[in-house]
Formats: sequence, C-alpha cells, structure tokens
Amino acid sequence: MPTATDTVAAGDLGPLTTGDGTPLKTALARATRRARLKALFLVAPLLLFVIVTFAVPIGQMLYLSIYNPVFSDNMPRLSSWLRAHDVTQVRGEDAFKALVLDLTEARANRTHAQVGTRINYERTGATSLFKSTARKIKRIKGPPYKDQLLALNEEWGELHLWTVMTRAAAPHTAAFYAQALDLSYDAEGDIVRAPENRRIYGHLFLRTLLLSALVAGLCLILGYPAAHLLASLPLKYSNLLMVMVLLPFWTSLLVRTTSWITLLQSQGVLNDMLVSVGILSDNGRLELMYNQWGTVIAMTHIMLPFMILPLYSVMKTVPKDFVRAARSLGAGPVTAFLRVYLPQTVPGIGAGILLVFIISVGYYITPALVGGSSGQLISNQIAFHMLQSLNWGLAAALGALLLGGVILLYWLYDRLVGVDNMKLG
Amino acid sequence: MPMPPHATTFERIWRRLYLAFCAGVFLFLIAPIIVIVPLSFNAEPYFTFTRDMLALDPDGFSLRWYDRLLTYGMTAPDAVRDGAWWADAWANSQWIHAAKNSFVIGISSTLIATALGTLAALGLSRPEMPFRRAIMALLISPMIVPMIISATGLFFFYSKAGLAHTYIGIVLAHAMLGIPFVIITVTATLSGFDRSLIHAAASLGASPVTTFRKVILPLILPGVISGALFAFVTSFDEVVVVLFVASYDQQTIPLQMWNGIREQISPTILAAATILVLFSIALLTTLELLRRRTERLRGLTG
Repeated sequence: MPTATDTVAAGDLGPLTTGDGTPLKTALARATRRARLKALFLVAPLLLFVIVTFAVPIGQMLYLSIYNPVFSDNMPRLSSWLRAHDVTQVRGEDAFKALVLDLTEARANRTHAQVGTRINYERTGATSLFKSTARKIKRIKGPPYKDQLLALNEEWGELHLWTVMTRAAAPHTAAFYAQALDLSYDAEGDIVRAPENRRIYGHLFLRTLLLSALVAGLCLILGYPAAHLLASLPLKYSNLLMVMVLLPFWTSLLVRTTSWITLLQSQGVLNDMLVSVGILSDNGRLELMYNQWGTVIAMTHIMLPFMILPLYSVMKTVPKDFVRAARSLGAGPVTAFLRVYLPQTVPGIGAGILLVFIISVGYYITPALVGGSSGQLISNQIAFHMLQSLNWGLAAALGALLLGGVILLYWLYDRLVGVDNMKLG
Repeated sequence: MPMPPHATTFERIWRRLYLAFCAGVFLFLIAPIIVIVPLSFNAEPYFTFTRDMLALDPDGFSLRWYDRLLTYGMTAPDAVRDGAWWADAWANSQWIHAAKNSFVIGISSTLIATALGTLAALGLSRPEMPFRRAIMALLISPMIVPMIISATGLFFFYSKAGLAHTYIGIVLAHAMLGIPFVIITVTATLSGFDRSLIHAAASLGASPVTTFRKVILPLILPGVISGALFAFVTSFDEVVVVLFVASYDQQTIPLQMWNGIREQISPTILAAATILVLFSIALLTTLELLRRRTERLRGLTG
C-alpha cells in the first residue's frame, strides 16, 4: 500500500511503479526475497550435510549423557516398583519378588552383566554381585524371595544398593553429570562431594585448563618476538623465515609428535647431546617425555604457528611510523613499545591466545602419545571411557562439559575476532 | 635492518638478544622436523645419532627402514625381487595399504568438501544472505569442536546408521572436517571479488551457470584450490575419527603411525615421517605458488 508520503514524493504521477505496474516497493521486496532465497539455496546443501554428519551425531551423543535405559529396559518389574515406592522405607517381599523375576529373565536374555555394569558405575562391586546372583538364581524356589536372596548374598539388603538402583530405574538420569563433576550420591540419595580419593575429573579439568593456559602463554612469549621480526623484516627475508613457521604447520601432527619422541626420550637426541657435552651424567638423563613436560613441549611446538600467524597478520598492519614518531617525541624504547606498539597488536594477541587455548583444551593425540599418565588431558579420559571402560554415559557427560567450555570460548572468539576473519597461512 | 647510528649500547645489546631469541624460536620450530630426516637413514635400530653417523661413515647409514616400509606385512618379504615380489608388496604391505587408503579417502572427501563448500561460500558472500553469522558459525564449528567429541558422536551415529567400518563413513566424516577450511579460504577470496563483474556478465546475456564458469570460478580458483589442499591435508592427517570408526580395512597412514608409536616403535616410523615431510614441502610450495597467482590477479583486477 502506498503511504501518504510516497504519494507526496511522487507528486501528481501517483506512486512509482515498474514497467508492468507493480509498485516499486513491492517489486523491491520481491526481488530482495528472491535474492535471499537464492543465497540460502546455495548454502542449503552444505547446511544439510553438516547438520546430518555433525550436528545430529553430536546431539545424539550429548543425549546419551542423560539417557541410559539399560536398567529400566532389562529390569522392568523392579524398575516400575522402584519408581512407585519410596526407597528409604524398608523394602518388602514384593520388591524382592520383582528383583528375582527380573534377574531370572535377564539371565535368560544374557543381559544381567550389562545391568550389573550400569549399577557398578555408581557402586563398585555391583557387576560381580549381579553376575554371581544371576548364576545362582535357579536355586531360589518360589516365594518368599527376600530371605532366599539375602542368603545368597547379603549385599542385596544394603540401602545404598537400592538407592543406586532407584536412580538407575529412571531412564533419564543426572548421575553421569554428577560423576563428571566429582559428585556422588550418599546412601540416602543426597548429592555430596565424592570421597577425596575418587575426585578425578575436577582435577583433570583443572589440569587441562592449566596446561592449555601454559601452552598459550609459552606460545605468546615465543611467538610475539618471532611474529614481530617477520613483520618488520623486508619481504625477501621474512618469506624465508615464514617457511619455518608454515612447514611445521603443514607437517602431519604424527610426524611432529614422532620427532619430539625422537628428540626428548631418555635415550634420545637431546639427552645424548647433553650427555656427550658433559652437562648431564649418563644416569642423570632428563625425563622430558611421558609426563606433563612432554605434553607441554610438544603442544607448544604444534600450537606456535597458530599464535604467530594471527599476530603476524595484525603486526603487518601496524604502521612503523607510529613507533618512530613516539621515539622522536621523546619516549624511551620501552615506553614506545608499551604505549604505542603493544596496544595496536592486542587484537592479534587475543586471537592467538584464544585460538591456541581452544585447540589445546580439546587435544587428544599428542597427550596420548607423549603425556604419560601425568600429561593426560580431559580428552584422553573421554576416549578411555569410550573405548576401554565403555562407560559411554560418563564419556558423553565429560564431552558435554568440555564442549560447553569450548563453545563459550568460541563465542568469545567470534565476538572479539569474528570467525570469518580467521586467516589460514 | 641495521641499527641506526644513534643507538645506545643498551639498545644494541637488546637488539642482539632479541635476534638471538628469535633465532631460537625458529630453530625450535624447524629443528624437530629436520632432525628426523638423517635419523631415518640410521643403520641401527636407534632413535639417536650413532657414532658412525656423526663420523659420516657410510656404514652408519642405510635404507633399511625405507625398505621395511615396503616389506612390512608382505607374505614373502625375503623373496627375490621380481615382478611377483612387487605385486606382493602392492597387495600386502601394510604401509602401502595405508597409503592407498589415505589417498582414496583424502581425495574423495576433498571433492565433497570443495564442491559443497564453494557453493556455500558463494551463497554466504552474497550481501542478501540471511542469518549469515549464525550459519557461518555452524559451518566453521567442525574445526573448533574438539576432535574427540566429533569422533565420539560419529561413533554412536555410525554404529546405528551402519556406517561404522565403511569407507563411506570415513569419507563423509573427513569431508565434514575439511569443510571449514574450504569455507574460510573461499569466502576470503570472494571478499576481494568485484561483484560488478557478475552484473556485467549478466547484462551481456550470460546465464548464472556460464557466469560462474567463465567469470567467477577462474578468479576464485586459487582460493578454491588452497581450500581443497587444506581439506585434503586435514583428511590426510586425521587420526581420531579413523581410530574410532575405521576397521583394519580403512587403516590410514596416520593410524599406522599411531599404532607404530604405541606398539612396536622402530625407525620405520622415521622413514614414513621423512616421506611425509617431503610431501608437506610439496604442498607448501603449491600453496605459495597459488598465493602469488592470487596476488598477481588481484593486481590486475583491483
């Protein structure tokens, strides 16, 4: 609809129209809509692809951190009894009847071990309890069940076991997050901090953050002067030095990790050199590998290009005259650097630190190969629960916490640097 | 850069220190990669320089670890080296098997990532693109999300979808991981692209497809190729996803190295690493030539 102002602006001729008589505004709106659709249409195939091969799998994985139906599916009678009753009360014959019937069935379906493993996540020893009871379940002949079961193994009378089973009876659970945050449920089902010797993950998250921060800090210390040199040398020389930054960047991660093993191991090149020069004695070789130092050294090497490249691209844009002007106005070299040069490179510092930190926090390969036991990061624990202990709920919960942290940093990076300003090479 | 004549002694010392520090940093970057090259010719099964090697005695050097790359996993490694021996190596050597896989997976995933990524970058660089920031963030995220999380997600997804232990599964996963690089490099090239050229082509009667083929593609080609190279290297170097969803059939070079480092560490790995270093030098050279070409084109068009 043409408004009053349109009419006034168009004078006596009425609203402006296109050749076929459509008002200009409508035609423009239509054209814009078509252009938007065209743009979306170009992006759509990739968007669909990324959603199917990336977003959906990760979403499903995250769902596993709160969803575990192993117990409720395989112990249906007991699960519905537990959901309907308050476990702090003394358990009666009907609960044990459900337990025995379910266990008999689980034994026939060969799922009793799975069920036991699920309970074992929160109560050690449950796997063997379920297995041994299932093996002897045929000895229980008819009601009353409670006394016969307790005679088989008196652990079945313990309240803690029953509170754990109550939580497992619900397919949706926060138990994995609790465990990932070093929390546990006490016998009454209240959340408390885990006993000191079982607090693993808080420490591991902290170590991951500290080592990543250390790597980012080292990269900044090493990378800042190097980037500055690259940016200030004439192109002829800086291109040559740039190769030294880009070659490691383009070299396979496993090659670089192998190199560090070669260099750092106790019979390796570095130790041999130090021994032959006489700095170290043959039995005083440095332990640089298979501990935190291995992780820090190798990761600093791997991350350094991610620090130098953004710093370099920012420093390249800083006019050299500014520092000269500051000097000619009487600023000392330190003042000129701190008050004129450094502030202009802050975007590069921010980009580099965030990039290195984001990548380091999720690192897996290098710590797994050179980290030993003290250089492992949270990713290694996720892989352990995925491939070895098969506690997928806990792996997913740890993954979700890590992912949350990374997304937060990524959001920060996008705000400060902008993902589309990311430069590669 | 020489020091100005008015520099104080303090400044001269400081400059020396600065240059020495930088030299140290560049040495730190390059030395680990260079040091494995001579070590891969070690005649002894050690990871360090032997006395013979340091004395440049020819006996200290040998090609045995390169030979081992070929023979490892063969049915008759000690047979006479005739046609049958080479056929045996081509069919059974584990490193050759891994190299074949790496190239097949790398090339297929690069083709998918480049085709979809270039198309999407064209859409994203249009001024009318709605939700640009959000979509960009989503498309770049496979690069940011820790590999272990992507791999874990794919592990569950593929075991349900029947894609675990298949080439297709790994190719799709690697294409997904390579896409951010294509998007980044192609959008960067497009940001310097003169859009009036598109209008000019259209006004001269070219269809959108012709415009793309004859005008847009030749100009953004360096960006597309360097994006493709990044995608290829990502796939070629990726090990976590392969570790999680591949079976022996899909064993790649990085996985072979991973297993080698963890199990039977021998200088064979150094020989493989040396070949990979040469490979990355070749890639780097290609990329540099492309960059120069882009700059030249920019000089002409801008």
